[in-house]
Amino acid sequence: MSGSRRALPLLAVLCAALAAASASVGPSGVTPLTLLASNVEPQALLILAEIRLPRMLLGLLVGASLGLSGAALQGLLRNPLADPGLLGISGSAAFGAVVAFYFGLGAATALAVPLGGLAGAAVGMTILVTVAGRGASTLMLILAGLAVSSIAAAATALALNLSPNPFALAEIVFWLMGSLQDRSMDQALLALPFAVVGCGLLLSTARGLDALSLGEEAAETLGVSPTALRWRVVAGSALAVGGTVAVTGAVGFVGLVVPHLLRPLVGHRPGPLLAASAVGGAVLVLTADVLVRLVPAPQEIKLGVATALVGAPFFLHLVLRRRHEVTP
Amino acid sequence: MTVLRGAALTVAAGRRVILHDVDIELRPGCLTVLLGPNGAGKSTLVKTLAGLLTPSTGVVTLDEIPLAGMPRQRRARLIGYLPQQPCCAWALTVRQVAEIGRLPWDGRYMQNTGAVDGALAACELVGIADRHVSTLSGGEFMRAMLARVLAGEPACLLADEPTAGLDPLHQLRVMRLLRESASAGRAVLAVLHDLALADRFADEVVMLDGGRVAARGSGGDILTAETLRVVYGVEAVIGEIGGARVIQAIAPAGEAPKSTENLR
Repeated sequence: MSGSRRALPLLAVLCAALAAASASVGPSGVTPLTLLASNVEPQALLILAEIRLPRMLLGLLVGASLGLSGAALQGLLRNPLADPGLLGISGSAAFGAVVAFYFGLGAATALAVPLGGLAGAAVGMTILVTVAGRGASTLMLILAGLAVSSIAAAATALALNLSPNPFALAEIVFWLMGSLQDRSMDQALLALPFAVVGCGLLLSTARGLDALSLGEEAAETLGVSPTALRWRVVAGSALAVGGTVAVTGAVGFVGLVVPHLLRPLVGHRPGPLLAASAVGGAVLVLTADVLVRLVPAPQEIKLGVATALVGAPFFLHLVLRRRHEVTP
Repeated sequence: MTVLRGAALTVAAGRRVILHDVDIELRPGCLTVLLGPNGAGKSTLVKTLAGLLTPSTGVVTLDEIPLAGMPRQRRARLIGYLPQQPCCAWALTVRQVAEIGRLPWDGRYMQNTGAVDGALAACELVGIADRHVSTLSGGEFMRAMLARVLAGEPACLLADEPTAGLDPLHQLRVMRLLRESASAGRAVLAVLHDLALADRFADEVVMLDGGRVAARGSGGDILTAETLRVVYGVEAVIGEIGGARVIQAIAPAGEAPKSTENLR
């Protein structure tokens, strides 16, 4: 109990430190402290306001959204292997963004790609809700999510297949890897309301998810509506993850790994895990994003690649540990 | 003092009718035991009384107020439900599970320790309150789940097979808990399979068969060889040993019991 109360403030401090680091690290050597100097160069101000700040803000938003959505989905499905990718949100957002690229809309306005991503996520979630039905069981939800993500992946592959020229292809592929690089303040501000509303919805499920630990029937007799809870988690995830991933591209494994790492720190309760995972997700994404800036490479390592490189072995570790639990 | 009443309950799953026109009344201070063979509709009746299933006809009322129109939260405060085969998804401690029982009451349920402590003490779990429920024995686990229900201080307690899979001592302890809970003024309903246990602890026995009430009354009145033959399809011996009534099924109905000598 006492440990679980300490976890959140500790994570918040860590998150603030990493946000500061995110605002300070870059090739130009400008840091927020530069602003304290007597004669601030307008260029330094520009770098901070137009490059570092949106990058930091997006890192916070996408990290919090993924961590929170992962924790909520794991609580809802009562399965530690659940992850936001399960519902096909990222997949359909990616497809929407790729369509925007494909028709060259990205060149017209910087917001075309994220808007395409948002539209894709909205279409994907509409299909999910229609297929799963209003009173959908958890199993139906997973199956419908699998169908949506498969269709989105196939359509994305088709778009790549038919890509008009190799430059467009490369641009699309790099975008799909997920990154916070070169995102404008406008793009960050586009994601902001979706992330805030989505995260709010997800955080409101804490009590319901606690009750759900004891099964759907017990939860219902504790005053929780399992159906309403399910849709709140789905809608919250769609808004938060769809809204942020539309701007950054898919960032994998954050939603899976973060709740897992933090669960013991909050006494394994799915409710308190939500807020902790939001902050923890932001910590992980900011850390990864600072690291990819520091790694000397001819081409910056994409954030999604970095998180997958760390996340996939961790996932393997989870699977192995689970195997040991199942087979005596 | 709350009376939970089901009047003329008919419940159907698709075309199959599971309960036909069942009347039941759970009164404060009274431990009602629901008996009946597998598939008689016991769990369906308990779920209907808990508000988990909606009857196609008939109505469940709490102090004359229909359950269907009642706000979820209020219903959750009044009716505690222990599911058949309760489960716990995460590595929660006994205390954390009991705390979940406070959910219907307030947002800061984790701070209300009085009711939780009381429930843990009543279920004799104080010494193992910090153990993870996954490490408990079957008897301890069931008591932890019961503590969760009691922590919510419901006026009515519905327990679906609370003694399933428990050794005789733990069965007795669980039944005593339910008995005490009724004596404290709750209306308690328990589904049981152990006829002697039902006979010993029940104020009233309701016996279901094929979705209908086959018999109701005190254990002494309705737990007879004749009823058990008709409802359960077994030949049973009923006798008294050391002042305790013993009820033992010994053979399927119609078959001559192989040997009853050593049961006498």
